[in-house]
Amino acid sequence: MTAERRTQLLVASSPVLAVLAALAAGAAVIAAIGEDPLAIYTLLFRQAFGTGYGLGQTLFRATPLIFGGLSVALAFRAGLFNIGGEGQMLLGGLAAALVGAYAPLPALALLPAALLAAAAAGGAWGAIPGMLKARFGAHEVINTIMLNFIALSLVGWLGHRLFETATVRTREIAAGAVLPRLGAWLPALRSAPVNASLLIALLIAAALAALLFRTRLGYELRAVGLNAPGAEYGGISIGRTQALAMTLAGAVAGLGGVNFVLGYKHYFELGFTGGAGFMGIAVALLGRNSPLGVIIAALFFGALAYGGLVVNQRVPRELIEVLEALVILFAISARPLLERVARRWA
Amino acid sequence: MSAGVVLLFLAAALRISVPYALASIGSCFSERGGVVCIALEGILLTSALGYTLGAYATGNAYAGLLAALAAGIATAWLHAEVTVRFRADQITSGLGINLLAAGLTRFGLVRVFHSSSNSPRVEGFADLPLGPLAHLPVLGSLIASPLVLLLLVLLPLSHALLFRTAFGLRLRATGERPEAGATLGLSVTRIRFAGVLLCGAFASLGGAWLASEQHSFTDGMTGGRGYIALAAMIVGKWDPLGAAAACLLFGAAEALQIVLQGSAFPSELLQALPYAVTMLVLAGFIGRAVAPKAVGVPYDPEQA
Amino acid sequence: MRAPAVQLHEITRRFGALTANDRVSCEIASGEIHALVGENGAGKSTLMHQLFGLLQPDSGEIRIDGRATRIADPAAAMALGFGMVHQHFMLVDTLTVAENVVLGREGAGAFGFFDRARAEREVAELGARYGLAVDPQARIARLSVGAQQRVEILKALARGARVLILDEPTAVLTPQEADELFVVLRALRAGGTSIVFITHKLTEVKALADRVTVMRAGRVVGSAPAEELSVEHIAEWMVGRVPAPLNERSSAAPGAPQIVCEQLDVRDDRGLPAIRGVSLSVRAGEIVGVAGVEGNGQHELLEAIAGLRPARAGRILIAGHVCTGGARAHRAAGLAHIPSDRLHRGLVPDFTLAENLMLGQQRGPRSGRGLWFGGSSMRAHALELLKAFDVRPVSPALQARRLSGGNQQKLIAARELSCAAQAILAAHPTRGVDLGAIDFLHRRLLAERDAGRAVLLISSELSELLALSDRIVVLYEGRIVHETTPAHTDERTLGLSMTGRSATGAHEALA
Repeated sequence: MTAERRTQLLVASSPVLAVLAALAAGAAVIAAIGEDPLAIYTLLFRQAFGTGYGLGQTLFRATPLIFGGLSVALAFRAGLFNIGGEGQMLLGGLAAALVGAYAPLPALALLPAALLAAAAAGGAWGAIPGMLKARFGAHEVINTIMLNFIALSLVGWLGHRLFETATVRTREIAAGAVLPRLGAWLPALRSAPVNASLLIALLIAAALAALLFRTRLGYELRAVGLNAPGAEYGGISIGRTQALAMTLAGAVAGLGGVNFVLGYKHYFELGFTGGAGFMGIAVALLGRNSPLGVIIAALFFGALAYGGLVVNQRVPRELIEVLEALVILFAISARPLLERVARRWA
Repeated sequence: MSAGVVLLFLAAALRISVPYALASIGSCFSERGGVVCIALEGILLTSALGYTLGAYATGNAYAGLLAALAAGIATAWLHAEVTVRFRADQITSGLGINLLAAGLTRFGLVRVFHSSSNSPRVEGFADLPLGPLAHLPVLGSLIASPLVLLLLVLLPLSHALLFRTAFGLRLRATGERPEAGATLGLSVTRIRFAGVLLCGAFASLGGAWLASEQHSFTDGMTGGRGYIALAAMIVGKWDPLGAAAACLLFGAAEALQIVLQGSAFPSELLQALPYAVTMLVLAGFIGRAVAPKAVGVPYDPEQA
Repeated sequence: MRAPAVQLHEITRRFGALTANDRVSCEIASGEIHALVGENGAGKSTLMHQLFGLLQPDSGEIRIDGRATRIADPAAAMALGFGMVHQHFMLVDTLTVAENVVLGREGAGAFGFFDRARAEREVAELGARYGLAVDPQARIARLSVGAQQRVEILKALARGARVLILDEPTAVLTPQEADELFVVLRALRAGGTSIVFITHKLTEVKALADRVTVMRAGRVVGSAPAEELSVEHIAEWMVGRVPAPLNERSSAAPGAPQIVCEQLDVRDDRGLPAIRGVSLSVRAGEIVGVAGVEGNGQHELLEAIAGLRPARAGRILIAGHVCTGGARAHRAAGLAHIPSDRLHRGLVPDFTLAENLMLGQQRGPRSGRGLWFGGSSMRAHALELLKAFDVRPVSPALQARRLSGGNQQKLIAARELSCAAQAILAAHPTRGVDLGAIDFLHRRLLAERDAGRAVLLISSELSELLALSDRIVVLYEGRIVHETTPAHTDERTLGLSMTGRSATGAHEALA
């Protein structure tokens, strides 16, 4: 095996190594508070994957993470860092809830309209930093962070009119806008909240994979992300491509809002995202910005989220959050570290 | 509006600005050295818990302050370790550290205080005996607070440190063009570490202020203040004086919002003001904010 | 104080599979100007980076006054009396001249404050002593390139450099600035400082150096006192052969103009005029060469014709079409472009070879069907091109970054010369490429001309321009100052007209 091949292999395995390192660090903490790490982890993953209901819960939590991860991954492929998934998802969910509750549409048109509204709202919120970048060169990282907060203020303001009295939620959507639970078709899932949003997420993942690797637009998008001056040389407009990528990324994150709004509670509620838009960054990072990788990483984080609840009796579930953060930090440190190790061997 | 209301408003604006200013000044050091400090939020959070633990254990606010510094600097050190030593992506590291801080502080809250929401009441800082100065309107009660006095002293000092000392020169050179310093025998690693740790120290004072003012630690109590401080630093053009001024502006917007609450005015939109201003500055509509050229770029000597 | 004698003994340094320095030995005597000569990629900079502690040799040793010495980092090198002026200046744009010079050795003023006034005084004194005029209070960003270089030299002198290494110092200078630099360097030598001078311009070597060491492909091919060597002799060492006479002139008469610039004005990155009122026409079936010292507008001219930089005034016509807008419009009109910087512009290094062969043609019929991209036809097309242009290895799925420089250049040529464009821009097509590839690329360009294409060739290698061009124009300070044909000129005459002196005057001076 050549030194170069060895470097590639090492670097490719860095997400797995990062997860193992984080689990090891978590094990140390679990042991420190007097529990058996192995037993806790076994319990966690058995609950998350071992029963139909548990799997359904894991998948339910993985669904918005897939949307969030795909959104970050898509922007990243075009050389942009979308930290705005949280705001995009929030507004997407609100738009879906409003259309679902108020739009005077026939039942058949209501669901597509609600989905479209979610994508459009998220897309618009993604287009803003995209266009600011294209037009003024304004850095999208700060802008997307700012827009997350502006989205919160916006929802707070709109809430005066929209929320049901003394609550922070909107009116319930019409039956025609509901995304059915998968348990309706797969009895094994029982009453788990996983719903048709998951199928939409998988569909989007496949569509993005095709877009990125099988279309001319995808080629241009990747060229901009990998070497912008080279793309410009090839006649590709960097600004237009990045603005488009950011809009699409926003639309994908916006669609993520339907998992809760159309598929679970059937109304919009403040704080419903539970940080899924934000965690999309970790998902994309661990999934190395590939659609399939994103799905796998989302399943892992979904399992942690649900499993964390289950083991809460013995280990505070806050530990799971720590674990998630450690995965991020190990993942970004592992690659430079492994490259250095490999360089030393060579 | 009566004079009394105006005075109340001013006092509130100043009070709100204190933690912003401390964190914002700190981030100038990190970013001028070339390290993006989105981790500000996490540093505020861990140092706030640090203060609470220290003050709870000893009953002494100054012990709390020391604990806040220890916790905040440790958090900043982690950020420096990941971004400078391992040369990892600075933005992702910051976000990861914020997540870690959220999880760790909640974990700490549960383990130590057996509550997932808040700590018991702890001591705050006693006012300093300032004599007649204490009777100044608005300012009197504010500068009697040791941390505010410290801020007032540190503000000109931090500006001088950045722009008038050899350390500041090296730090700014490293953030603009690390190769320039490196080929003159300076250690980019050491200088960037210093910048990030200084940032941690300043932000820790902000965390200590938050916890001491509230006399407790509550889950997620920083509520995005680290991000506002970061925005203020951009609006203030990476200069401690400018950053502090921007914090005052942001603090005023927040105070106005409190004053206007309950009125017909949409105060939530006022809440968005700092963020909107920051976006306008970034787009070049208000002034021009030029970041240090090498900020966000890991320095790899083998590729220089 | 006498400069130490420096001996590099059997230095070897590898980068992955590439051996940049292969058992290189070289001696720099105290107080001499030593020219280190070779083509791009010969290993000159790598060697000097080891002397300055930026890189460590894999084997071999550095001896200073006869003693083997390890130079761990630039700080150690400076302590030993070395100073280096890098090809890309190591200056902080936002700081002043004085701040840049004293950076790292500021000295403590009152209360630990940095004493700016004292630093400015010191820098002014130092400048006066060595005849290096700069304003200590000026910000670097506002200085000319020549002045920035003087700051770099001051930085080294302020640290007591006794051995000064200059990496291609004249590449970015105007002739006047270069002359001024030579005066300074001679004065430094008179004061006992040793100077290592990396260059590939032979006229400079003769004008300045006491001793010449020539490198080629990582090895030293010869070293001798400058007075014992002729320019031709050095050139032969550099290139490894007498430049092959490729002068197979095209027999057919040139056709219609394919690349036309009319009264073109173009600005550089700093917004200063770089091309002033240039009119130029390249006809089908001819190669027009552009000669000039780097930084005289070639880069901006090229980018404007390629559609990568807007023209402030004037028109560009490609194959008869007036082109405005970006690179896409220029390509659509019929332009192919081999760019000067292959990794920055010409390739997406992380793309596969097949994907790279589509760059610029990603919307064309070969890259797929309808909206779809890729597929078996693209792979087949890639295989065909890789074979035709002898790109090795022939594996369409390989990442372009894994190719050698020569093969990357052939990959770009394969793409650009296969798209049937009527107009071809070729910038430094053989820079940093091995000899076999150079020959191959030269022959391909001649074949394109013979097939009736118009080629605009920009190169810093005069031998290349003379061998390939049907006509040669000389750019100086953004204007065309001279036009000639290879039959009526030679390297020396061209070199003189590149310095802005009139060609007839140059002829007289030589006669």
